[in-house]
Amino acid sequence: MKKIIFLILTTCAIAASGQKYIAEKSLVVFFSKASVEDITAKNIQSNSIFDVETGEIAFSIPIKEFQFAKSLMKEHFNEKYMETEKFPKSTFQGIITGYQIKDGGTQSVKASGKLMIHGVTKEIDVPGTLEVVGNKVLLKSRFIVKLEDYSVTRPQLLWKNIAEQVEVSLDFTFIPHEKK
Amino acid sequence: MKRNSIFFGLMILSFIAKSQDLLSELEKEAKPTINYTGSTFKSTRLINGQTIETKGKGELEFIFAHRFGAINTGLYGLFGLDEAYTRLGLEYGVTDRLGVGVGRNSVDKTMDAYLRYKVLRQSSGARNMPFTLTAFGIAAVRTTPRKEDATYDIQLEDRMSYTGQLLIARKFNSMFSFQLMPSIVHKNTVDRTMEKNDQVAMGIGGRLRVSRSVSLTTEYYYRVDVPQGNPYYNPLGFGIDIETGGHVFQLVMTNSRGLTERAYLTETAGDFFSGDIHLGFNITRTFQIKKKK
Repeated sequence: MKKIIFLILTTCAIAASGQKYIAEKSLVVFFSKASVEDITAKNIQSNSIFDVETGEIAFSIPIKEFQFAKSLMKEHFNEKYMETEKFPKSTFQGIITGYQIKDGGTQSVKASGKLMIHGVTKEIDVPGTLEVVGNKVLLKSRFIVKLEDYSVTRPQLLWKNIAEQVEVSLDFTFIPHEKK
Repeated sequence: MKRNSIFFGLMILSFIAKSQDLLSELEKEAKPTINYTGSTFKSTRLINGQTIETKGKGELEFIFAHRFGAINTGLYGLFGLDEAYTRLGLEYGVTDRLGVGVGRNSVDKTMDAYLRYKVLRQSSGARNMPFTLTAFGIAAVRTTPRKEDATYDIQLEDRMSYTGQLLIARKFNSMFSFQLMPSIVHKNTVDRTMEKNDQVAMGIGGRLRVSRSVSLTTEYYYRVDVPQGNPYYNPLGFGIDIETGGHVFQLVMTNSRGLTERAYLTETAGDFFSGDIHLGFNITRTFQIKKKK
């Protein structure tokens, strides 16, 4: 029994020291299509760490950094829907599977884990691609988020302006993380 | 069996512990950013007066403000609804911090033009600033009386007044914001038996958010060093802000019918507590003229 625990602990210790990559460039876009107006917002201020050996990954997306075409959209997005002062960040932590880093090229992968938006955490499984370019790793994904799932409520008066679900796309470029 | 379940339990535990590590490692890696506080108030107007808010870059706001007569005119005056005073205004965001505006108020047929600049922005994170400071300056010309109706040889400079304000506000949390408004009004021509040319007032105001789109507001200005014989009162007001998309509706009750700084700060004729209360509203509609990149 003791041996097993020891074994697990050492495995964990080894795994934890795997090669980590951090996001050098990040782009998170959300797109909401509704009958009155389409709304797009872009965010280039996200952070991410990706452990290529274990496949573990974590994202942190500052909600305030989503940029809209109209200032008022941004204000409403933060104040009314996302309640940014209460929930400043959206995070994801999980694991990416279905790739071999040494194979290179573009590979289809799956990410599963916990996505936290508006203070509500949900287990998700989303498809994506992983591409190895030189020493960089590119991760892309596109998936649908239902506002209801994360307790984001739409106002009754403006329901035509805001879709029930939004499309989120991620485009991250990772570089090896140099330990200081 | 028992061993297996312990084994699995530990595996899950270690996995959870590790991925939490990754997220906390991420938080440590993250560069500290400046979080500017937004939506301290819902509009550039609190009741009659200004707030620290500026329009976003490229936004044009149309402000239609309206004050009825006094409630204590009773049924004869339909509780004030027989009379109406309006101000039509436009404000444009040159940058996110600099705004320009113009307007016309039917009280004394006053035209005004103003500038506002957000000097300091409340923020947390990499830079800590406890409050927002906006400087506001307005020049106004009252076009009444007409030259031929005036009792003296009235010149343009007699019609001019200028107001400077420092608007200092802090949003304590998403529910409550508080504002101070030290103000000075200069009127070129006054009746010196009851007024000075330069008049100082200290304002306080606040916003209490009661639901996602509804807030309660209040505003009061205390006039400092008012000469004996001055017939005017300190302006006081209460309001409800209702926000729907690009519109903000502000329903107000105040003892002032004027909507320019000169009129409400120095010439508020009503005594709130004897029922000289004017119902009114401010309606703003914001248009994005220039799209952001």
